[in-house]
Amino acid sequence: FLKICYVSARIYFFPNFPNENFAHLHHCRHYTAGEPSGAVKVLATSLLAVSGGVGGTVLYAKWDPKFRATVEKNVPYSDQLFSLALGPAAKDANLPIRKQVSALHCDLDYGITFIQLRKICFHTVSHSEASAEATHIISAIGEVPSIPATCDTEATAVSGELTDPNTDIEPLRERPVEEVTARLAQQDQEELDTLASLSTSLDDSLANSAKATLQAIGAQEAALQAIAQHTLRLREAMEAEVSSQEKSAQWKELEEALTHRLSAVDDAGSALQKANESLDSLKAIIERSKGLKVPAARPLILAAEENLHNMAVDLDKAVTQVQTAESEAKIVSQYSELVNEAKQQFQREVTSLTPDIQANWKGLTGKLSADDLNALIAHAHRRIDQLNRELAEQRVREQIHIDAALDQQKLEDQRALEKAVNTSLQHVREEARLEQERKLAELREVMEAEMRTQLRRQAAAHTDHVQDVLKVQEQELKAEAEQVLSSKMLEQETRYRQLGQEQVDNFTLDMNAAYARLKGMEEAIDSHVVAEEEARRAHQLWLSVEALTYSLKSADVDTPTVPLESSAKAVRENCHDDFAVALMSALPEESLQRGVYSEAALRARFNSLRSLARRVALVDESHNSLYQYFLSYVQAALLFERKQEVPPTQLSSDDLDPFKLLSYASYCLEHGDLELAAKLVNQLRGEARRVVEDWLTEARLTLETRQVVGLLSAYANAVGLGTTQAP
Amino acid sequence: MSEKELGKKWDRCLADTAIKLGAGLGLGVVFSVLFFKRHTWPIAFSSGAGLGMAYANCQNDLRSHYVLHRSQKDQ
Repeated sequence: FLKICYVSARIYFFPNFPNENFAHLHHCRHYTAGEPSGAVKVLATSLLAVSGGVGGTVLYAKWDPKFRATVEKNVPYSDQLFSLALGPAAKDANLPIRKQVSALHCDLDYGITFIQLRKICFHTVSHSEASAEATHIISAIGEVPSIPATCDTEATAVSGELTDPNTDIEPLRERPVEEVTARLAQQDQEELDTLASLSTSLDDSLANSAKATLQAIGAQEAALQAIAQHTLRLREAMEAEVSSQEKSAQWKELEEALTHRLSAVDDAGSALQKANESLDSLKAIIERSKGLKVPAARPLILAAEENLHNMAVDLDKAVTQVQTAESEAKIVSQYSELVNEAKQQFQREVTSLTPDIQANWKGLTGKLSADDLNALIAHAHRRIDQLNRELAEQRVREQIHIDAALDQQKLEDQRALEKAVNTSLQHVREEARLEQERKLAELREVMEAEMRTQLRRQAAAHTDHVQDVLKVQEQELKAEAEQVLSSKMLEQETRYRQLGQEQVDNFTLDMNAAYARLKGMEEAIDSHVVAEEEARRAHQLWLSVEALTYSLKSADVDTPTVPLESSAKAVRENCHDDFAVALMSALPEESLQRGVYSEAALRARFNSLRSLARRVALVDESHNSLYQYFLSYVQAALLFERKQEVPPTQLSSDDLDPFKLLSYASYCLEHGDLELAAKLVNQLRGEARRVVEDWLTEARLTLETRQVVGLLSAYANAVGLGTTQAP
Repeated sequence: MSEKELGKKWDRCLADTAIKLGAGLGLGVVFSVLFFKRHTWPIAFSSGAGLGMAYANCQNDLRSHYVLHRSQKDQ
């Protein structure tokens, strides 16, 4: 029977153990049954994967800096890893570019403001020298690399940068207006001087050349006239049939005309030379003036060149006319020479035949004999035959002569044509050049006008800007001045008020002092009365608290005290402030209704509890089977501890053993320290705790009540002390 | 008085054990005599069952504070 009981109990008590054992064995078997290198394989693969991941991340970060930045931001120590593997990241490429751009901008601003300032200086200069001042401005800007800051905003920050590259060139200081105008005036004066001199020289040379050309042209015309006259006379002389005197007169006239013509031609030649000289000098002067490059003189130069050209053209025309006339005259003279030659030949023949006959044979018809006449007629016939023969020959040779003459004429014509073409080409070229120069001058004027308008616009913009700046400055200064004024006013006012206030304060102080003394006296009297009242009340309170304390002592060994309600009520009636009221409300209900146990009762109870607690020491939430109860009973029977042990100042984990706790608590109780005993007992856990729960509550009640009562009595004592007045 | 609880529980436990054991014994005797030809095993069996039931009851009673009941769980 017992065996069966034992077996059944055994089965019941060890339901869990076999399973655990089997599971454990199973696991072991599983571990031993599997491959021996499974763990190693897993470890190796995981290591490989991790290293692959890290390597891939590093490589991609090297290629893509943004990825690197995100990884560094998100993963805490990756930046160290990356700097170790790849080196620091490049971040500072943007700053220098931005600085350069800003420097350029500021430079442009400076240039523009400088131009505007200069325009203000030049505002007084007249318009005719606009081109001069424009060139001056441009040259001035060209020579200034950096300027002291007249901009408002970023001057100081950036001027340092600007001056750094240009420290070797010293910044140009602002030239004062007078110096600039003086310089300009001087320059203008110089220009005017050169212009005047140039114009005078040009005019002089022009006049000279004009005179000379006119003279030359006149001379050429005179020559032309002379030549024409001479030719006419010659022709007349050759073709006319007049008497010998008239002939000689004619010949004389002819000779005169010839000499006249020669002289005229010489005059014309010399005049031409002079004209050419003067034209050359004019050309030289024009070249020189062109070399001076004074722009105002250009129209003058242009006019002079035109005049020169015209004069040259006229001169050439006259010269060609004269030349044609001369060629005609040559022909005529050749003809006359031929005629003279023929006449002379005829005369010679006649004289050869009839040596004694005179040249003028027309008046000799009566003097000649018949033989002479016959001879003369025969000679005349022979002559006629000869002449006919010559004529026939001539007719034959006519064509050849004509051809040769034509060729010659063609050659001469060609030459003349070439010459004419060349001269006309030159003229045309000259005219084209002059035209070009004229157009250039016009264009220049247009450009000048445009430039003037732009400069005027800039001047206007600058004046506007300056006006605005002035307005702003005015406002700022006004605000400043007003601020200063207001602050000064405020100061004065505060000082005045202060003084007034001081006076008033002094007066009030005196008044207050007197009043206070009066009040003090009254209060002293009142307070005496109040103090006595207070003393009475305090006395009352103290008495009631004493009654309460006495009622606490009325507990027996096993019974609680009387209910404290009545004494508490008395105390409540006597307490007149919040502290006491709060204390009274802090009294636990149980003590009021039922009363509390004394310390001795608790002590006795504890002693009986102790053995019980010892007996259930091992039982708690998880270990609470009957077997556990049995074990804890056995433990309590076998374990011996000191009845009372001094509790340490600090509890360690060993001291939380229930037996030890109980001995500490026992010691405390024996020595009257209920509070510490309760604290120690509070450390019990599990079933032991459940067992001593009631005792603990009772102990708490007692402690609370005692505390409150103690506080109240202390309070009453204090109040009483407070109300007593020192003698 | 919480210290008296345990004593009460033990009293109940013992009473219960006695009753159950006695009842088991009795029933075992009866059954053995009536149905099982006076073998001893029914007596042992039923008394063992009775003892076992008493044990279980005792343990539950002692544990009852720590075990959460269904009604409490629903609450």
